[in-house]
Amino acid sequence: MFALVQVEDFDQGELYARLKQSADEKACGNTGAIVTFTGLVRDFNNVGDIDGIELEHYPGMTEKALMLLVEQASERFSLNSAGALHRVGRIHNNEQIVWVGAAAPHRQAAFDAACYLMDMLKQSVPLWKKEFKGDKSEWVAAKASDDEAALKWMRKK
Amino acid sequence: MQVTVKTFAQTREITGEDNIALHISENSTIETVISQLKTRSDKWALALEGSVLTACNQELCDLQTVLSDGDELALFPPVTGG
Repeated sequence: MFALVQVEDFDQGELYARLKQSADEKACGNTGAIVTFTGLVRDFNNVGDIDGIELEHYPGMTEKALMLLVEQASERFSLNSAGALHRVGRIHNNEQIVWVGAAAPHRQAAFDAACYLMDMLKQSVPLWKKEFKGDKSEWVAAKASDDEAALKWMRKK
Repeated sequence: MQVTVKTFAQTREITGEDNIALHISENSTIETVISQLKTRSDKWALALEGSVLTACNQELCDLQTVLSDGDELALFPPVTGG
């Protein structure tokens, strides 16, 4: 399992390989499904065009919270491995921002775990987005729909 | 006793302070410390009047958490990663 927080862009292939190797080390031959998700920066918000974002984080806690989330997903969905990476700092439109991956014996657990990781990440990992438009910038407000997505998992238990 | 208070995102920008040392009473809860911080300045009162999440020693916690000497208390708005 792994959780990474970094400024640099990432290679999905490398992360997939790392996840698979980690799953193989735990239970070689037992993994029947790997689901990965990559989030990108859109070039618009609900008002209009934007010129990229900046992500602030809480050094130390962000890494710990992301790793805790990966461990919780692994336990909840009986995964062979899981991983997550979140970029911080200035990120331009259309660039990669976040990646999560889940390896499981069967596909449903892997799909569910990837959804869980993203939904819960938006609740429990200290990251804050600021959007830029020209020389102006504005913090992104937390969305009620994101709260509801996380609550859905909390209710399911 | 003394704790470190860190702020992030809007909370940091509004207060203009990202890391302060604060003297607090023994057995203070986070709720008590937030009330204390609101009297520090109008900026702090404004920053802490809305929805604020709290973490103690880099773990999310609730307002009734009792702080100890040397703890790191962080105050920040709801998170928006992903």
